[in-house]
Amino acid sequence: MTGIYAENSEGIFKKSVLEAASYASQISKGSVTAICIGQPSEGEADKLAKYGVNKLIVVEGLHAFDAQNYSNAVTANLTDIHTFVIANTYEGKSLGPRIAVLMAASLATNVVDLPNTIDGFTVKRGVFSGKGFAYVNLSRENKVIALTPNSIELKENPVTISIEKSVVNESENLTQITGSNKATGKIPLTEAEIVVSAGRGMKGPENWGMVEELASVLGGATACSKPVADMDWRPHGEHVGQTGITIKPNLYIAIGISGAIQHLAGVSSSKVIVVINKDPEAPFFKAADYGIVGDAFEILPQLIAAAKAAKN
Amino acid sequence: MSVVPDTTTKITFTDNNTKFNTAGVQFIINPYDELSLTRALEITEKNGGTVTIATVGLAEADAVVRKGLAIGATDAIRINAEPVDGQFVAEQLAHIIKEGGYDMVLTGRESIDYNGGQVCGLLGALLNWPSINVCTKIDVADGKAHFERDIDGGRESITASLPVVASAQKDLCEPRIPNMKGIMAARTKPLNVIAPISVDAFGQYSAFENPVPKQAVKLFDAQNAAQLIEALKNEAKVI
Repeated sequence: MTGIYAENSEGIFKKSVLEAASYASQISKGSVTAICIGQPSEGEADKLAKYGVNKLIVVEGLHAFDAQNYSNAVTANLTDIHTFVIANTYEGKSLGPRIAVLMAASLATNVVDLPNTIDGFTVKRGVFSGKGFAYVNLSRENKVIALTPNSIELKENPVTISIEKSVVNESENLTQITGSNKATGKIPLTEAEIVVSAGRGMKGPENWGMVEELASVLGGATACSKPVADMDWRPHGEHVGQTGITIKPNLYIAIGISGAIQHLAGVSSSKVIVVINKDPEAPFFKAADYGIVGDAFEILPQLIAAAKAAKN
Repeated sequence: MSVVPDTTTKITFTDNNTKFNTAGVQFIINPYDELSLTRALEITEKNGGTVTIATVGLAEADAVVRKGLAIGATDAIRINAEPVDGQFVAEQLAHIIKEGGYDMVLTGRESIDYNGGQVCGLLGALLNWPSINVCTKIDVADGKAHFERDIDGGRESITASLPVVASAQKDLCEPRIPNMKGIMAARTKPLNVIAPISVDAFGQYSAFENPVPKQAVKLFDAQNAAQLIEALKNEAKVI
């Protein structure tokens, strides 16, 4: 049987959870069980059912996130589950390896496609920071698959879902969360389907209004290059690239970013790349699907106006 | 500590795409591990203690491990085995950590070659310690460890009891560069080579490929930028 971790983001199952559900239901021969810590909001279980989850176990009794307690609680509910799918979000990255140890499972992270099960169980995963893919045959009977968000297409497979409760006794947390600073109401960069990113070509942080407006019209998130984050023009959390966040949106628009190999490493898996740069020799054009050579300050207002018109 | 190809390496594969082509590749300390090493040195300079580098690799890793010693580590242990995957590496490391009586183990967020991001969490579970991922701050004070780490959509502060394992994210510190004195001292610091423990296989890499090369970029005129939006909507169908 196949299980998934239904990461509970203030009661909501984000798209990455639905992708894990869809992945699990496409590989399972029968049922998919989701495990969620804390009560999901009204109607959220139906979202899982739409993608093939027929049982939801809601774990109660745990409070603040603690990788050790959470992974122990998840694993305690994995009876008869041999393949476990978890989204490769920060929370998933904290839990996946611990769950793999507790299940004595083979672990594959950064998985980007459905497995090939003709001869064994071979998964495709991203390696070399966007510069390659590897195929790994997972040899243990138990398997933990950490799926990169935005990698597979959601396939509906509606089923009826039953909900069970599982109460655990919280053992003493060895960790305490003492504060958090979370951007609310914004799409997390790793889950955004459209990302508008800008670099030093924007000349200064005061010029980011146009970048933000284009992102907002397109319903996307904003990102930036390393130099921009290093100069504190933009927050570190927006930095994409080899040493920043790796993303793979459907559309990546890079404005005034030359396209150094370290930047490409974080974005090259994007489905469609648009490059806007005044230097026709910018290396980024070689990795782009669409491009405009010209001044961002002239081009952005046109794009914002056209995007507004296209959205109406 | 992982030994990885330099960040500017052109990635190619050999032996019918079953192996990473190491010809002409320069190897370096994994950049995230360089941060965890530097931070470990800063913490021990403040609180006292020693820093041991542990790596899983064959003899060719020694030159890179010596660089870590030159940066300032007290000693190093190299487990003499091919680092086949993150799970194999974690099992080897857990074995020596159990015997070593360490208070804190720092890893990188991930290695920049296989990008597993597994070792921190695996060690946490194998040792039954707390594990704190992707930390932008790590400190020890009053017998406890204090962290700031990235979470989805933000950052949070965490306190943990010792022993603890944590992984380094960019911004943790400025990596130290070895000076001449450090390089000279590293030559005589202990680098102990030990045999691996036997571990049942977790998986096997069967093939590699490079991303499909892009077709030539389709350019639009800067005066008619609106055509780009039209192409994104009607041709690429992404907006």
